[in-house]
Amino acid sequence: MTAAVTNVVLAGLGGQGVIKASDILAQAAFDAGFDVKKSEIHGMSQRGGFVASDVRFGEQVLSPMIPAGEADILVLMAADQLEAARPCLKAGGELILGAEIDIKGMPPRCLNVAVLGALSSALEIPRKSWHAAIQALLPPKSHEENLRAFEAGRRV
Amino acid sequence: MAGAERLLLSGNEAMALAARDSGFALGAGYPGTPSTEILERFADLGGKAQWSPNEKVAFEVVLGSAYCGARSLVTMKHVGLNVAADVLFTAAYTGVSGALVVVSADDPGMWSSQNEQDNRRYAVAAGVPMLEPADSQEAYDFLFAAAEVSERWRLPVILRLTTRVCHSKTVVRPRQRIEPQPPRYERDYRSRVMIPLHARPAHRRLRAKLAEIDAWNETSPLNRRIVGEKLLGIITSGISFMHAREAAPQASILKIGMSHPLPMKMIRDFAASVDRCVVIEEGDPVLADAIRAAGIAVEAKSEMYRFGELNVSRVRRILAGDNSPEPQPAKGKPPELCKGCPHRTVFETLKKLDCLVSGDIGCYTLAALPPLEAMDSMICMGAAVGVGLGMRHVLPADQAKRVVSVIGDSTFVHSGITGLVEMIYNPPATGHVLIILDNGITAMTGLQEHPGTGRTLDHKATGRVVYEDLARSLGVKQVYVLDPIKDPQRLEDVLRQCLAGDELSVIVARRPCLLAAKKIEQWSAANAAAKAVQP
Repeated sequence: MTAAVTNVVLAGLGGQGVIKASDILAQAAFDAGFDVKKSEIHGMSQRGGFVASDVRFGEQVLSPMIPAGEADILVLMAADQLEAARPCLKAGGELILGAEIDIKGMPPRCLNVAVLGALSSALEIPRKSWHAAIQALLPPKSHEENLRAFEAGRRV
Repeated sequence: MAGAERLLLSGNEAMALAARDSGFALGAGYPGTPSTEILERFADLGGKAQWSPNEKVAFEVVLGSAYCGARSLVTMKHVGLNVAADVLFTAAYTGVSGALVVVSADDPGMWSSQNEQDNRRYAVAAGVPMLEPADSQEAYDFLFAAAEVSERWRLPVILRLTTRVCHSKTVVRPRQRIEPQPPRYERDYRSRVMIPLHARPAHRRLRAKLAEIDAWNETSPLNRRIVGEKLLGIITSGISFMHAREAAPQASILKIGMSHPLPMKMIRDFAASVDRCVVIEEGDPVLADAIRAAGIAVEAKSEMYRFGELNVSRVRRILAGDNSPEPQPAKGKPPELCKGCPHRTVFETLKKLDCLVSGDIGCYTLAALPPLEAMDSMICMGAAVGVGLGMRHVLPADQAKRVVSVIGDSTFVHSGITGLVEMIYNPPATGHVLIILDNGITAMTGLQEHPGTGRTLDHKATGRVVYEDLARSLGVKQVYVLDPIKDPQRLEDVLRQCLAGDELSVIVARRPCLLAAKKIEQWSAANAAAKAVQP
């Protein structure tokens, strides 16, 4: 059953919206009917330090933490944190870099949702679950802009 | 019973929902990672929740409400229970009428704490039951169970969470809500006035209750047995259960839900049913020691796994008997004080004046790290004052006059006030300088209110402790209030002057936290508007 679990690590620096992005991913997977666990360390993240969040979903998830070297996908928002983040990724795992995503003139605050768009192409979570999660977890006035950012990232 | 509704909640959110759904009348606590969100969310759900100056006071408040038959919850991080321990040990003697559940959120690995003490020891030491949930569903269910155990045996119960249970989000199916019992006071001074005459029989009553709970726990639904292969059996509790199941999917598992008193007969039967029995636990070898002391042969992890959190990889290593050095992953960028943080100016000035800084707990502890490296000690909440005084008492005058105690506003209210009283009572010959870093909020734990902000947990106006008034009323002659960002030169001048003299001085460096300033304005405006419409 563990083999059926998808493991995604989202990493970056405090203030980049890493935890919000992982909340949206977890909510989208939850909305799609999966068992979901999500884990990260709070507390210091607002002080600009390295932050990484583990999201696991599948039929049944046990530990909330992804064992080192077992992440299927690493989404990295801060390129200079690669050395710290990389050990989570399995051999042949996919690396998605925030810096490589063209957010098409949208404000930088949307980058965390744009990377989810890129990530969504690699995951079996229906688009409507992603949209529902974005709408559930972000303030209403930012929905339009973030849905556009998501779609822009999705086309990457 | 669980309904059809399905939610994705952190352990803390699940605890808050359970407190609402199981009819808790009052929650009190002091913010501390990883426990903080429980009371905040409980208040959001309509529960009555409040921050107290510290954990001891919070515990006393809920003990009073539990004496009156109301279900009561007190939340804190692991080190908070040190502060509240004085209440805990004797509350175990007096017992309670309504449920009293003590949430201790431990922090193995010290993600945001000064130590990784294992609070399972407190349950044994104080003689109270302890429950250990492994995920958000159990956090939810175990609060119901803790309340039932507490009321049935009229004892406080500790619910021990750990960082990964508090902050991981997992799926929760909530139950039907229970309506709270109306509070009712029955006078019972023989049970509650703990003079020796009453305390001696109270101790015997406590031990008799524990023996009953022990017998009940042998068949309680809180402990789970997962039948697997006979080859390997694992005894575990809390989050370690999840790691163990993933690391050894075929193993037989005994998951302990109530870890004090331990269901030793169940453990003995389980150990006898497998070829090899290994205890998988995070932190101290509490389970392993107790099980071995009962004469049951089990394997325990080696000493290297006492340190830090467990995870699936480490559990695999423990099961394989692998004690080789573990790979040390590269560290990411460390956190730092925000750009423009008012604390920065204060520590830059302290560094410039070559001060010996007795520090305390909060964001500003980051000033100990490069590039500032402007703090000499940090131990526990409030220690800045006492430790600084001790240094002043014994150092030669030229060095003593460089010593400054630096403490944040919330930490000062928590346990710096008694230090200030000590300063008045036993002043060093060279005097002393106490700086209160007043950024108007408990910033470190995520912007919580405290008695110095003049607003309650849910940001409503209330009474306010004014540090400069307090210091003056206690007899401090040199009291200064200044804004370190607006007037850094004044900060330097005042500090120089205070260090040069032999007086006691208190400097309140007042400037709102950058992250909180806008919110503080909004809360104040809302309170002013609410006051304006009152008749």
